[in-house]
Amino acid sequence: MQKRVLVIEDEPNISEALRFILSRNGWRVEVSADGKAALGSLSADPPDLLILDLMLPGVNGFDILRQVRAYDDTRTLPVLMLTARGQAADRIEAERLGVTRFMTKPFANADVLATVHEMVQT
Amino acid sequence: MKPPKPTQFLGRESYRLRRLMDAARLLPVIGFVLLLLPLMRHSPEMEAPPTAGESVYLFAVWAVLILLSLLLSIWLRRALEPHDEPTRSDRPSESGD
Amino acid sequence: MSFNLLVLTCLGYVVLLFAVASAAERAAVAGRAGWLRSSLVYTLSLSVYCTAWTFYGAVGYAARSGLEFMTIYLGPTLVFVGWWLLLRKLVRIGRENRVTSIADMISARYGKSNVLGVIVTLLCITAGAPYIALQLQSIAQSFTVFVSDPESSPLATDTILIAFWVAAGLAFFAIVFGTRSLDANEQHPGIVTAIAVEAVVKLLALLAVGVFVVWFVATGPGDILSRIDTQALPEWEIQPGRWTGLILLSAIAIICLPRMFQVTVVENTEDRHLATASWAFPLYLFLISLFVLPIAVVGMELMPAGSNPDMFVLTLPLHLGQDGLALLSFLGGFSAATSMVIVASLALATMVSNHIVVPLWLRARSARQRDTGDMRLLVLSVRRLSICFILGLGYLYYVITGGSAALAAIGLIAFVGVAQCLPALIGALYWRGASRNGAALGLVAGMAIWLYTLFLPSFGPDVFLSARVMESGPFDIAWLRPYNMFGLTTLDPLLHSLFWSLMANVIAFCVGSILSFPSAIERVQGALFVDIFNRPGTARSWTRPMAEAEDLLPMAQRIFGATEAQAFFRAQAELQGKQGFLPDITPEFLEALELKLAGSVGSATAYAMLAQTVGTSVVSVDDLMAVASETAQIMEYSAKLEAKSEELSLTARKLREANEKLQTLSVQKDAFLSQISHELRTPMTSIRAFSEILMDAEGISNEERTHFAQIIHDESIRLTRLLDDLLDLSVLEHGQVQLNIASANLHDLIDKAITASKSVQAERQFVLHRNRDSEDVQIVTDTGRLTQVFINVLSNSRKYCDAAEPQMRIKVRRRGEMVEVDFIDNGSGIPREQDALIFEKFSRLTDSMQAGGAGLGLAICREIMHNLGGEITYVPGQGGAAFRVVCPLKLRARDNAAQPASDSTEAPE
Repeated sequence: MQKRVLVIEDEPNISEALRFILSRNGWRVEVSADGKAALGSLSADPPDLLILDLMLPGVNGFDILRQVRAYDDTRTLPVLMLTARGQAADRIEAERLGVTRFMTKPFANADVLATVHEMVQT
Repeated sequence: MKPPKPTQFLGRESYRLRRLMDAARLLPVIGFVLLLLPLMRHSPEMEAPPTAGESVYLFAVWAVLILLSLLLSIWLRRALEPHDEPTRSDRPSESGD
Repeated sequence: MSFNLLVLTCLGYVVLLFAVASAAERAAVAGRAGWLRSSLVYTLSLSVYCTAWTFYGAVGYAARSGLEFMTIYLGPTLVFVGWWLLLRKLVRIGRENRVTSIADMISARYGKSNVLGVIVTLLCITAGAPYIALQLQSIAQSFTVFVSDPESSPLATDTILIAFWVAAGLAFFAIVFGTRSLDANEQHPGIVTAIAVEAVVKLLALLAVGVFVVWFVATGPGDILSRIDTQALPEWEIQPGRWTGLILLSAIAIICLPRMFQVTVVENTEDRHLATASWAFPLYLFLISLFVLPIAVVGMELMPAGSNPDMFVLTLPLHLGQDGLALLSFLGGFSAATSMVIVASLALATMVSNHIVVPLWLRARSARQRDTGDMRLLVLSVRRLSICFILGLGYLYYVITGGSAALAAIGLIAFVGVAQCLPALIGALYWRGASRNGAALGLVAGMAIWLYTLFLPSFGPDVFLSARVMESGPFDIAWLRPYNMFGLTTLDPLLHSLFWSLMANVIAFCVGSILSFPSAIERVQGALFVDIFNRPGTARSWTRPMAEAEDLLPMAQRIFGATEAQAFFRAQAELQGKQGFLPDITPEFLEALELKLAGSVGSATAYAMLAQTVGTSVVSVDDLMAVASETAQIMEYSAKLEAKSEELSLTARKLREANEKLQTLSVQKDAFLSQISHELRTPMTSIRAFSEILMDAEGISNEERTHFAQIIHDESIRLTRLLDDLLDLSVLEHGQVQLNIASANLHDLIDKAITASKSVQAERQFVLHRNRDSEDVQIVTDTGRLTQVFINVLSNSRKYCDAAEPQMRIKVRRRGEMVEVDFIDNGSGIPREQDALIFEKFSRLTDSMQAGGAGLGLAICREIMHNLGGEITYVPGQGGAAFRVVCPLKLRARDNAAQPASDSTEAPE
């Protein structure tokens, strides 16, 4: 069965790039620019992987991560967090909240694919 | 742990100035009393004190008044500056005079 | 010395004074009056207190009564030493209300009542004319004493004729320098300077005689002291009643004498002059008095029996063959007399013209027709005539009494007369309840008793009061005897009169004030005077404009002359941000005009003139309500407290806000690098990702390839723009920007900005409300930069306005030299907690990228406006987001240099 990945990212160009890369690699990619809206569907029908941007309008990535880890259904969901801020404090906070992997933008497409692969394997 | 020095200093400054104003108000009264002293120095049954002595006394009082007034006017000059008017805060006590 | 030589000496001295006075006038006109307005000149001018009565009379007084002469100088010393108590307030009130005389002061305080002005004027003339006569007498006397060849001229012995020529000469001097122009402040630098010179001359003369007597006739201070005791007469013993009473009387006189009021209050320009005079004037009096007793004692010892001790200052040096010293002493006495006469006649003439003649003329005129003639010339002529009249009166008094011995006492008699002003004056300063009726009653009662118990009897029996009345009272009622009212027999006539007149005065004043109900304007003025030191602004009395500026200008021209009146009107119009000569008739303007008029014609007349032109009901119903209610005072006080505590909490709030903002800013500063990182990395992420996709090149359709290339292109542009903005901001913040100043019409700039901003969310239809007429403003600035600001504001609105049917109002207003452009949309605006931060770097209202900007736009706008000498602010509460752009109509080259760097903590208002 095709694995599902949910990308929460407000920059349309970045989400388009991720969609292209991942779907070419065999993923079914769902994109949401609005973290709040995404949260609803997330618990109802959890994907296999969540790619989460840190800087989002309204609710930020940390909030979403916290929510995700709060629901039983998604407690173990692999989450890859992407951020353009690149501060060490962000990484520490993300790890404290239980992020699976943390990557800084801009990224190499191959790295993303490798990381995603790793995360779903384990 | 240090006390807030600057504010304390300012408060003391304006307090000092207000007391100087009190002194300036008091000075003419004290002067008047001192000038009346010669009256109390003689009585009808006694012979009047010598005029020369009295005149030296009066001129001395006069000179002291001038000197005190000079000092007060130098100190009070600050209170006349229009930008910081400590008189404003002092008004309630002054309205009675 | 021969008569002719003496006359020549006097003329030479007067010419010197003329030269000094006119040099001072010229310096004042040229604006170089700094030293003229010095504390020294002010103090010296106060010496008009020391008249010929002092110069000659003090020695005579000392010879007759010992130390008692000192009381005349000790009283003023106490008043000046206690300046903080009374004079400071008096002087401040006088200056702020441009009071022209003591009559004006009292009339202004009691509802600008002219009746009071008239009463005080009459009182002052009655007391002043004999005093002037006394001066004429001393000059004439000193002439006859000094002339060694009485046969040379028939004039030489005719004191009446000498007095006439002296009076004429002094009138001329006072007219030339006292009524040259209608000064807005009734200040006379020429006369004041001449008086200061005379003050030095008379002091030096008296000191010279004194030094001569102490060290050359006697052998020193010790010798003099012993001579004093040998010469002492039984009458020299200090009399407690007179000693106390005279100190008080002279203290009152120095406040109330019209000429002293003139030099102390009217001619005062700064508080600090008074501070200096507080010790320097007592010092002057001290020096003047120092040698009086030695001169008297030595005179009594050396002069032949029967010589007039009043002339010792002059006759003693003559007797001892010191002609040079005698001449100096003569000039000193001449100075003392002339300075007093000049200032007194000027002060009295101002009162006569302002309170009697001009009001009468105004009344007569309003009965006929309203508009004729040059008031200025009229007022000046009246004043000149008044000077002649006053001096004539003094001369006449001298002729009638024939220079009798009665004149010698007139100094103190005049003191008691002017002392009647004291209750009204003190009430004016310290008692808000003091009313016009009370003041008038008190003045009339006091004046009547003074006339009856002191002034009229002083002419001697059978002149005004018959000997019989003096002896046993009118209609033989013993307790109405002038010198023994109500059976009071223990006091001497002077103290007796002082006691009863002030007693009646104070009682009538208090009872009258308590029983009467003051008019609105009285209460306004009362509050204004009493609370001079704790009052935020001036009270309003002109609240209902009913006249046109067109009516007021001609009236003002008649008073000030065309040039000055027009200059004043133009300046006022400019203050209101108007061009031309006709300001709006605002209460502020009327107040300023009244104040300026008051400086020329006195407050009561100024008020009457304005009332005539503006309409009689100048005090509005609101004012009446405010002041008439008994609770007004309490309300006023509590309102003041409230305002103060409000002010405090306002300051606290401001501080808190500033603190909050600083904290937020510091967090923002910390985040700055990470922000930049984020802003740069975001487009770079897309670029890198898509370029890697394109590099793989497999499985990509042509459309996709083009699409991805397009994205890379767009994101590169975004990156470039971000870098451009950052660079721009940095340049602007450091003031290194090159401005291209050009002239343009604001309307065109707004047009351009609207067109340019249409590309932002081009699908949204904005309804624009503009006013073409108000936008038609020619402006000289960096038009490109200004347009950039407009574009930014308009684009922001297009991006963020959340109304369903977005609208934008553009309002243009001119404010003086500035122009204000408001951009107001109908969205929900900017939340209160955010509007302090929107002008900061990277502060977007949300972190959203949807708007596409990097959050630098408004920061750049703020910097641009700083560089253009204006500002951009967010105006809350306008029913939408409202940005106000303010910039000068004409940007001068140095404006942008003057504002090099921005201060990033500055709060947008």
